[in-house]
Parts: sequence; C-alpha cells; structure tokens
Amino acid sequence: MEVAFILEKLILVVIVFVITLVIAMYSTLAERKIAGFMQDRHGPDRAGIFGLLQPLCDGGKFFFKEEIIPAYAHKTLFVLGPVIAIITACITSAVIPWGQELTIGDRTVSLQVADVNIGVLYVFGVIALGVYGIMLGGWASNNKFALMGAIRAASQSISYEIGMGLSLIALLMVTGTLSVGEIVAQQSGFVNWNIWVQPLGFLIFITCAFAECNRVPFDLPECETELVGGYHTEYSSMKLGLYMFSEYINMFVSSALMASLYFGGYNFPFMYDLGLSSNWITIIGVIVFFLKIFGFIFFFMWIRWTLPRFRYDQLMNLGWKVLIPLAIANIVLTGVFSIIKDTYF
Amino acid sequence: MQSLSNRKRVIEQKPMNIWERIYLPAIVKGLSITIKHFFKKIPTIKYPEQIRPYSKNFRGQHSLKRDEMGRERCTACGLCALSCPAEAITMVAAERKKGEEHLYREEKYAAVYEINMLRCIFCGLCEEACPKEAIYLDGSHVTADYLRKDFIYGKDKLVEPKFDITQLKQENK
Ligand code: SF4
Ligand code: SF4
Repeated sequence: MEVAFILEKLILVVIVFVITLVIAMYSTLAERKIAGFMQDRHGPDRAGIFGLLQPLCDGGKFFFKEEIIPAYAHKTLFVLGPVIAIITACITSAVIPWGQELTIGDRTVSLQVADVNIGVLYVFGVIALGVYGIMLGGWASNNKFALMGAIRAASQSISYEIGMGLSLIALLMVTGTLSVGEIVAQQSGFVNWNIWVQPLGFLIFITCAFAECNRVPFDLPECETELVGGYHTEYSSMKLGLYMFSEYINMFVSSALMASLYFGGYNFPFMYDLGLSSNWITIIGVIVFFLKIFGFIFFFMWIRWTLPRFRYDQLMNLGWKVLIPLAIANIVLTGVFSIIKDTYF
Repeated sequence: MQSLSNRKRVIEQKPMNIWERIYLPAIVKGLSITIKHFFKKIPTIKYPEQIRPYSKNFRGQHSLKRDEMGRERCTACGLCALSCPAEAITMVAAERKKGEEHLYREEKYAAVYEINMLRCIFCGLCEEACPKEAIYLDGSHVTADYLRKDFIYGKDKLVEPKFDITQLKQENK
C-alpha cells in the first residue's frame, strides 16, 4: 500500500470521527430543543445564542463531577463497560459510504473508509458487540437495578437482532450484494431507492433499529420509572457521559445506515440530469446524505417525545410474535415478486 | 347490587379492532399531534429579559404614604388592623411632640407599624379602610426570605422614601 493511500484513509477516518462526535454532541442539544418545542417550551437557550454552547457546558460538567466506583463493583469491567460501548458505537461508521468519489488532481478519493464486501454483516457484528458494553457495565456495578437493566438490554437486543436480520435478508435478496457501498450505488436517482421495493422491510428495520439503540419506546434497559437509571445507575461523571454519548452516536450511525440502505444514501433525484461535474455531484451528494441522516435523527427524537414506553412483555410480544413473522412473510413476498419479475418482465 | 344513586355506569371495554391493533395509525396520529405542537407559538416568557407587566389593579407589598410635605400620613387609628381579615397588622400609637410637625401629619402617629407578610392575603381591605389614604398595596411582590421573623415588615420597610413633590411627574395610568 502506498503512503498516500494510508494518509488519505487516515484523514477520512479522522474527519468521520470528528463529524460523528460533533453530531452526537449536538444531538443532545437537538433532543432537548425538540423536546422543548414539542411541549411548547423553549428548551435550553441560556448558554450561547439558541443554547449552542450547551453541549460544551454539559461535557465540562461531566468532567468535573466526582468519579465514583462503587466498593463492591468489579473495577476492571466497570471501567471497561462504557469504553466498549463507545468504541463499538464509533467503529460502525467505517463501512458507510459518505459520498461518491472526489477527484483531486489525478487522484480519485473514495469517501468510504472501508468498502468491505460483507459490510452489512460487519455492521451486524459490531451492533451485536455493542450490547456487551451495556451488559458488562450493568453486571459489574453489582447493583440489582443495573443488573436488571443489563439483562433487559441483552434479551432485547437478541430478540430484535433477529427481526432486523430477517428484514435485511429480504433487502439483500433485492440488491444481491452485502457491500454497503454497492447497495447505495445501485439506488441512483430517486425511483431506485430500496424503500420503494421494501416498504415493509424498512418498517421492520426501523422498529428494530429503535430497539437496538435503546431509544424510546424501547428504552427499557434504562427505564427510570422502574429501574432508577437502569444499567448506568451506578455510573457517574464522564463514564456516564460516555454511555449517553454512545447512545447518540448509535442513533447517528443507525440513521446513516437506514439512509444508505433504504433511502439511497448520497443519491438524490435528477443527479445526472443537471449537467454538474462529478465533483459537484459528490459534494451535493454528501450534503444530501447528511440531510437524510438529520431527518432520521429528527424522526428518532420525534418518536421519543410522542410515544410512551412499552411494558416488557409487550416488547417481547412485538419482537417475537409480530416482527419476526412479518419479516419472514416479507422474505417470502420478496422472493415471489422477484420470481414473477424475472419470468414475466 | 342495584345502584341507588342511578349514576353507576359500567365502562365498556371493547376489544380492539384490526385497525387499532396494527398500532401504526395511532402512532401516525400521535406524531401528527406532536409535530403540530412543534410549530406552535411558545407561551413561555423569557423572564429576566422579558417581564410580564403587572395588571393595573395588582396588589403587592404595602407602602405607608407621605403627604405632599413629606410627612407620614398614618394617624394610627387602627382601622386597617380592624378591617384586616388575616390579623396581619399591629401598631403602637404615639403622640406627636412639639417640633415633630414636619415628620407626622396628625397629632397621633404610629410609632411602630408592623405587617406580617406571612399572614397577609393581599386582599386590600386595609387600603380601603384607611381614612387618611395612608396605606396602599402598590409595591411589587413580597420577596422570599429565610426566617419567619424577617417577614414581619416594620416601618423601615413600609414607609415610602421621601421624595420632592416638585420633581414628581404626572403619569397617565
Ligand atoms: S391586604 Fe388584607 S390581609 Fe393584608 S394587611 Fe391589608 S387587610 Fe390585612
Ligand atoms: S394606615 Fe390608615 S387605617 Fe391604618 S392606622 Fe394608619 S391611618 Fe388608620
């Protein structure tokens, strides 16, 4: 590998990392603002204009809080929990294609960190790892509420991963590839977006994504009304901050994933009909992609401030008795349709 | 058992029909409600920058008035204390000495005049009872404090500061 290639990837990784962190930071503000607006309030508006410095203040506060490691906690695992949570949250974004290729001089730079040919599987693996952070943290705290939260997180993530995987199988049957880059490349324009061929699959996928991110209405692992704080009951200071942060990063990454798998990623309508040069198409594509991501993040928050939390048995019912059968039906339907399409059209 | 009041009602719980059981229409309805609120005008007042004006007949903290020559108007007749439904006012009367004419308007004045702000209900009856137009509830809020004894306001807090009547501007209310 040449040095320039490594350098190029390194720069891209740093940029993606920084963008991820900044977006996660400002998601916290956006969440509170949106919550405010939906409840006819202003939300935080004292730190900076429009509250723009609020995330910095919150971060600073987290750093200055006292770090408490409970006496009977398993020290190593207790510290490891949030670390795993944030690392797994960050590395998912590696396979997401942020845009097409940029041509700088005579080099073409791909705006995807790693175009792994099994990208979708990679995402799945990392998401499955993500629950370890929560589980280890909850278990190592040696607190019954934290343990309950951890157990809930584990069983919830197992149940919903199945539904998610099955809904993706139908998508893979349509696209015929496991590489996220290729899946996005196939959806050029507007009519080729996967949402048009897989509406049911998307519905299942987004529901499971909510559950995997532990977002309302599936936020039972940290359900305050029953479990004090759930798996992070014993956490304080920046370790709690890391858990919160990883939740927002997860939300960002799964928004990016949904945008690229179902909503055409960086593709936008009439992208080749406007007579733009390829670099411009790429740049507009990146902007469009981020707009889609922001749309999904907004949707996440919109749902959060609309729906109440599920009861645990309802959660399990929905996962096992509704989503999984639906996903299987979706696979069958997709198969039938593609055969009809192949033979008659 | 038969209901005697005739107001007993059995609440019927119908099983959900298929439309309700899909759950999605309800979610969409909920989402539309929250998004409507998202664009609604926010009634919150940003307090320190934006202060809501008091109503014209707002009754706040009492003040004991002075006349045009700067003398205290109160003559310690006790009518305010008598009219007070909350028993909030006490006073000790004293006789005006020679040479004190520039301080007190009447021959008898209140040496001590106390209102217990924890008892007061800001009804304004004291203001109405006063024959000398000496007391008005024209201040702002009575502020919070730490000790009960600090809520008993004496003359130091109640009597309005001296002012020069020639400098006073006429305000149109
Ligand atoms: S306002 Fe009413 S309660 Fe308060 S001191 Fe006057 S008469 Fe008493
Ligand atoms: S305030 Fe008025 S009513 Fe009360 S004692 Fe003084 S003069 Fe009499």
